[in-house]
Amino acid sequence: MEARTVVSSAPWVSEEGRGRFRSSATTKAFGAAAVIVLATGLTLGLLVVPPDAVQGQVQRIMYLHVPSIVTAYLAFAVVFCFSILYLWKRELRFDAVAVSSAEIGVVLTGITLATGSIWGKSTWGVWWTWDARLTLTAILFTIYVGYLMLRTFAEEPQAAARYGAVLALIGFLDIPLNHMAVQWWRTLHQPSSILRPGGPSVAPVLLLPLGVMFLGLVLLYLYLLSERVRLERLRHQTADLRLKRGRRG
Amino acid sequence: MTRKDVTVELRARERVNAMLFFAALVLFIFNFALGPDREKLREVAPGLLWLAFLFTGMLGLGRSFQAERENECFEELLLTPGDRESIFFGKLAGNVLFMVTAEALILPLFGILYNLDIWAYLPALALVALLGTIGFSTLGTLLAAMTAHLRAREVMLPLLLFPLTVPVILGSVRATEAILAGQGLGEVSHWLKLLGGFDIVFLVVSPLAFEFVLEE
Repeated sequence: MEARTVVSSAPWVSEEGRGRFRSSATTKAFGAAAVIVLATGLTLGLLVVPPDAVQGQVQRIMYLHVPSIVTAYLAFAVVFCFSILYLWKRELRFDAVAVSSAEIGVVLTGITLATGSIWGKSTWGVWWTWDARLTLTAILFTIYVGYLMLRTFAEEPQAAARYGAVLALIGFLDIPLNHMAVQWWRTLHQPSSILRPGGPSVAPVLLLPLGVMFLGLVLLYLYLLSERVRLERLRHQTADLRLKRGRRG
Repeated sequence: MTRKDVTVELRARERVNAMLFFAALVLFIFNFALGPDREKLREVAPGLLWLAFLFTGMLGLGRSFQAERENECFEELLLTPGDRESIFFGKLAGNVLFMVTAEALILPLFGILYNLDIWAYLPALALVALLGTIGFSTLGTLLAAMTAHLRAREVMLPLLLFPLTVPVILGSVRATEAILAGQGLGEVSHWLKLLGGFDIVFLVVSPLAFEFVLEE
């Protein structure tokens, strides 16, 4: 009985605090916008726009493949920034953003590898080849999977956050070095066709679904990120509550 | 720092012995795995050599903070006079020393067992090996300190270290390949620059990151 009064007067279940258990309106808006924009993008990419002259229908996988990896890089940049913020300020909420972003980034990189593999099978004839960009993406994937594993093996959240932040720091610095090494080693991938000197080589009509899909994935990323951060926060609160109850005996 | 280094060395004589024996075994096992075809072996020799180096190095790195952890004297380590950076460089110097010792044994053994003429290229090979070893050990020392506190630490160190040191592995193997094919150091200068760049970046970053890792 006594415990119950203490809990109900505690700030984390107050009327204001109760709101935190539910997604905020902004989060929901991101989710809804993501669904709409992605649906539009897919319709444009899969139905409206003409297929590629050489590669045929399979080229349409590009509309998922390219935006995924761009969004994944965005996610890893966020991991990097929030890891530095955490090391600087030492507040677990920054770390919550970093780990959430890393999880989404890993999923997006996985999607890129999978769609790329399917695309490669039909245009190059192989599922996998040790081309520069493929290798780089695979390395990126392993680094961030390692990041997530490292965190699960740490004894306490603060340690997980610190080790994770340090690893995110080195991992991000490692990307340009990996990029150079792998570039010199070999290159087979079709050259980047959008971000390149002299303007994009993709027909403008194809750029539209690409842009829409990219926007949609960023919205989806923001939605997932804010939901995941909320989950992380609830986890911290649960852990705190457990600790408090344990102390009371 | 130097004092620590020496004590580490004395304490860990068993580590060097284990590393050397392991390296010799690795070379034997490669031979069984690939068969005695001499031409084929020659082709993959640079890769094999570096695999032997890296596996042996990994073995040493995994042990580098074990003594502290087992004796629970991480706190004492932190209390030693001098800043954290000197602890890092002390550990690093020890690790590099062990790895270089092991490499100095692997290299001749490798030349003998696989019938390669390495003697003519020894200075160039030594340079590549040194650059590669420094890069590998720098990140390795940092990650070893980190994983020393984890559950499943034996698994996590290689899992984290190998992907991060891909530039070192690629650079060293390609440079070694070119050198063994009779090319001069000028031909592999871009790989050497990459190795040097990697070393510099992480020699600067790792001591800074090390302070966050050791914090209790």
